[in-house]
Amino acid sequence: MNKNPYQPWLATIDDTREEVAGERAIKTFKLVFQDEDVKKNFTFLPGQCAMVSLFGEGECFFAISSSPTQKDFIEVSVMKLGKVTSALHDCEPGDILGVRGPYGNSFDVDVWQGKNLVFIGGGIGQAPLRSLINYVVDNREKYGNLDVIYGARSSKDISYKKEFAELEKRKDVNVHLSIDVEEDGWKKFVGFVPTNLLKVKPSPKNTIAVTCGPPIMIKFVIQNLLELGFTEDQIFTTLEMRMKCGIGKCGRCNIGNLYVCKDGPVFSYKQLKNIQGER
Amino acid sequence: MDKLILPKDKIPGLIRGIINKYQVYAPVNNDGITLFRQIKDPSKINLDFSNSKVPPKELLFKQTETLFKFIPGKSGKINPIDIPDEKTVIFGIRPCDAKSLAILDNIFKGDYEDPYYLTKRKNTVLVGLSCTQPDVNCFCTSFDDSPVSAEYVDVLFTDIGEKYYVEVKNDKGRQLIKNMNKLFTSANEKDEKKKKEVEKKSVDIITRHMSIDGVVDKLDKIFDNSLWKAIATKCLGCGVCTYLCPTCHCFDIQDENTLTEGARVRVWDSCMNPEYTLHASGYNPRPERMNRVRNRVYHKYNYYPKNYDIVACVGCGRCIENCPVNIDIIDVISQVKGVKH
Repeated sequence: MNKNPYQPWLATIDDTREEVAGERAIKTFKLVFQDEDVKKNFTFLPGQCAMVSLFGEGECFFAISSSPTQKDFIEVSVMKLGKVTSALHDCEPGDILGVRGPYGNSFDVDVWQGKNLVFIGGGIGQAPLRSLINYVVDNREKYGNLDVIYGARSSKDISYKKEFAELEKRKDVNVHLSIDVEEDGWKKFVGFVPTNLLKVKPSPKNTIAVTCGPPIMIKFVIQNLLELGFTEDQIFTTLEMRMKCGIGKCGRCNIGNLYVCKDGPVFSYKQLKNIQGER
Repeated sequence: MDKLILPKDKIPGLIRGIINKYQVYAPVNNDGITLFRQIKDPSKINLDFSNSKVPPKELLFKQTETLFKFIPGKSGKINPIDIPDEKTVIFGIRPCDAKSLAILDNIFKGDYEDPYYLTKRKNTVLVGLSCTQPDVNCFCTSFDDSPVSAEYVDVLFTDIGEKYYVEVKNDKGRQLIKNMNKLFTSANEKDEKKKKEVEKKSVDIITRHMSIDGVVDKLDKIFDNSLWKAIATKCLGCGVCTYLCPTCHCFDIQDENTLTEGARVRVWDSCMNPEYTLHASGYNPRPERMNRVRNRVYHKYNYYPKNYDIVACVGCGRCIENCPVNIDIIDVISQVKGVKH
């Protein structure tokens, strides 16, 4: 590992894919480390994050959205919102970025073996869940039922459309998509993600639920999971905060005494419930 | 511990000797305020001060510091910088500020070692100066610390009248005065007794006291109390309490560049700034001043002690002294303790 934790490794953009167009565009960047040793040794688990930078624009913390079962590259999915993410959206294959990490804890994919899984995502919050979904699909025999619930504002805002279409074809994955407002031609659920969750009504028996999305969505998803009979330690979420260092020093991503970058981003609801602090 | 005596008139000679081998930072009078600055001439030192305006943490954790350089754009050219590793002495650091460095060490060490802070820290000898003139808002004794404590320094000087009582605690300190031993004589029991008298006199000057027993648990129970809103009503959000706090460690990282060259720099930041926690989406987990004022207090007296078992306050009094609207952390903690819940 790098001795200076602030100095990124160089990674070339191998490919970019537009997930969502328009005002709140989302692009996925496939990044390949230039240094062969780094490429080989950069290992991570679903849920972990990386600091990605464009020199002269700045650095941002993103969930790694590819699965560790895919070797020799990592992917991050970026919503165009601020200065750095807007500049990243202008990047093309061949451009070189800085990457440091992997940071934070991960989903307990080993502990969850043999359990049923429900993943509940909204908007760009699907990025860390995508890593997890692909990891589980690639190790399908190790896990029980798999339900994927995902919603976006409109059909245009659904990210990973192609991958959802592939997942929908599989018999061993149940996909439940939704959009917030009715649209011509949309035959699936219309309404917010927490409502769709109540409709899907997953059984809490031997099940782990993982949710990621806007803070307000997470709040109601957890409420509804509890209503469905999930216990606090069956519910997991992954959080985000404004971050600068990614290594627990710059201060700003704290929830109470924990730092999302280093003690998270993955928390069980049981853990989260007992932390006092703004989130 | 070596206990020595240095006559006051030998100070310039000692400093000159040290300057030959080390970069020396010491308190100087800077336009009417005391600051730690590099000195080349012993006569510039001013040891007649209560405490410096800016804590000497600024020498190890710089207000602005380049992390590395780069060529801006998408070509991926990074130029690492040489992290300064000159042998350095901070002469005249107060025991409270020295303790704050031990508190900062916990942050900058850990799973990811911060090479910028730690390289300087490793190469710096702390020569403490016992506090014989505590300010009206000093309260280091509230944390069982003494204004003449040698605990967090390598060498401690205590003014006992015509001379300094010098405690050399470790090899870093011994190395510092090597070859200058002839300036010193051994201390005797009488000198030791004098130091004790100085300590008593100094402790007696300190009239302010913060009662921190049970404060961690109490804060756990009153997060949603209306007290925070009341305290924050006064606050202007200027952030001086954080910038001048010797234990505050928050920073921002920014890319600074022209068209052809650039650097990634870190700069002090403050949890008093709304933008500090503002998400790109527009969401802010600490949107109101109340949230930010509360965070500062919790960080010092609840969050940090939960992680490191020690309160992140050394009682230097700077946040009280410099607050433009007289928010007084001792008063805040006493209000906390008074809340019925």
